[in-house]
Amino acid sequence: MATQETTESTTVPTEEVVDWQTKLRYFLNSDFVRSSPYWGIPFVLMGIAVYGGIGYNVLISLTDFSGISSPTYTDLDFEMYRTAFANEAFREAAINNLILLVAFTTVSLILGLFLAILLDHGIRYKDKIQTVYLLPMALSFVVTAQLWRWMYNQESGFLNVVVTGLGFEPIDWLGNPEIALASVIFALVWQFSGYAMVVYLAGLQSIPRDQFEAAKVDGASTLRTYLRIIVPQLKESSVSAAVVLMVFALKAFTFLYSLVGQYRPPNGTDILATLMVRQAFKFGKWAYSAAIATMLLLLALSVIAPYLVYQHRQGSL
Amino acid sequence: MSQASSDSNLDVVSLVENVNRRRIGQYALVIFFLGFFFIPLETGIMTALKTNEGVARSLPFAPPTGETFTLSNLQFALERLSRSFVNSLLMAIPATILNVLLASMAAYGLTMVSWRGQIGMLSLFLVGVFVPYQAVLVPLSRFWNNIFPLADLLEPTFAVIPLLQGYHSQLVPLIITHVAYGIPICTILFRSYYKGLPNSLVEAAKIDGASITKIYRRIVLPISKPMFGVVFIYQFTQIYNEFLFSFTLIAGSNADAAPVTLLLPAVGASTSGIDYGIRMSAAFLAALPTILLYVAFAEEFAKGLRTESG
Repeated sequence: MATQETTESTTVPTEEVVDWQTKLRYFLNSDFVRSSPYWGIPFVLMGIAVYGGIGYNVLISLTDFSGISSPTYTDLDFEMYRTAFANEAFREAAINNLILLVAFTTVSLILGLFLAILLDHGIRYKDKIQTVYLLPMALSFVVTAQLWRWMYNQESGFLNVVVTGLGFEPIDWLGNPEIALASVIFALVWQFSGYAMVVYLAGLQSIPRDQFEAAKVDGASTLRTYLRIIVPQLKESSVSAAVVLMVFALKAFTFLYSLVGQYRPPNGTDILATLMVRQAFKFGKWAYSAAIATMLLLLALSVIAPYLVYQHRQGSL
Repeated sequence: MSQASSDSNLDVVSLVENVNRRRIGQYALVIFFLGFFFIPLETGIMTALKTNEGVARSLPFAPPTGETFTLSNLQFALERLSRSFVNSLLMAIPATILNVLLASMAAYGLTMVSWRGQIGMLSLFLVGVFVPYQAVLVPLSRFWNNIFPLADLLEPTFAVIPLLQGYHSQLVPLIITHVAYGIPICTILFRSYYKGLPNSLVEAAKIDGASITKIYRRIVLPISKPMFGVVFIYQFTQIYNEFLFSFTLIAGSNADAAPVTLLLPAVGASTSGIDYGIRMSAAFLAALPTILLYVAFAEEFAKGLRTESG
């Protein structure tokens, strides 16, 4: 803040002497220009990749491009979007995507909060335990998908060994379309709830200890103290953890792809991302898949935009 | 405590019992969740060390006994994966280094020096963190394959460099892609660190007349050493684990330049199904670099995650 004031007072001269040369000289000497090599180079690289990529993707989605030669940009229309909305498979994928997004984020947040509170309460070796809880997060989707494919194996996977051991019929975790999505969500929660825990632990540590003491003196139970006093103060942790988790959920493509196998129609677990990749790389419907990707992006933006506005209002941007 | 005990012994006894019961419950839950997070890993390791017969006969989480113990799965997986390991490292290490450097510069330009419109520029970076990669997949494959076939252009050069093969040229577009899409998140990580530094450091240098470059080289770079470590570990893990870009830019798991994540789902698969012993061995070998990094730098890794959210 202080730097801004000083630079402005030096860059804006008194009104009489302003001609374009002095203006230019002041401009070239401003911190904006002098710092531009620092943020400018990364920005150009990132800007072409992110914004150029998005723009080109939208452009392709308006064509009929299907992989042969190059796209024709002469007759642009929204036909691919209409096709998508009329398509049963697309609607199913979109609904699955929303279910995955909401269920995965909610369960991970709740479990993460629970784990954070559990560990925050005078547990010995807290740091070591936290490390184990967070370990799945360091693994690649490709690796965790292999682990869970084996856990969910119908004949001799861990879960069915337990289920049959308890005297029930073995369950087809990934083959039964009614529970396959839930199985996927469970595995994703396994991988990422540790992340929510870490965020909540950081949030809990910023709450002064004497609030617990005060509540205890007032005779409030631990549960009540948490629900009424502590959890409401974790709002910021919740918001930022939720946003990051949702982004993970939108990236769940790799997990599903490795879990189900190459281009195979996923049994009730199709999401926009898997649908999109199948349409592009298997059937060569590039324009159609670009349209699906655009809608996936809009879904992501509808999560992020409110978050950025919120962060901006909080002044923490 | 002592006051309470002098009032009535009975109360203290019930209090202690209560506390103990709660404590035991708490630790039981902690241990339950240790199992929850560890069992898939444990099951995988045990399976990796069993013969086919052992996998079929024994419980998935039980350790292999004398007859069913084998290291041949690991050996087989290592042979299949070794080339892709080299590919992954050749891709991830330069990409991470470039990424960290560029991001540190960007964060410096966006925090330590202040100018109007900074927040707007920062927002453009922030959006880049959250963009789903699917939204740029079609342009990406067209760009590197049809518009600017850099890999083909570089191939002759790469073939003459010792230790490198012609197919390694395919990693160059992949590296550039990783750097470009990694810049936003790394910039945010650095920025949260730079924002926490005391203002006086830079102010004093400014008053002494140090230039922006000098401040960066002499003051900011040396004090951000710990953050370089954090971001490097975080970003290396991300790039090493990344699948989608390799999938888009490198033609299939059969390609010579395939990184580990691309090859892994093909190891141990046959027409008759998956050989889980081999598959689990491959999965653990593939995960080994990030697991080792994680075990060695768990605190830094967690720190990277925390700053990402803040």
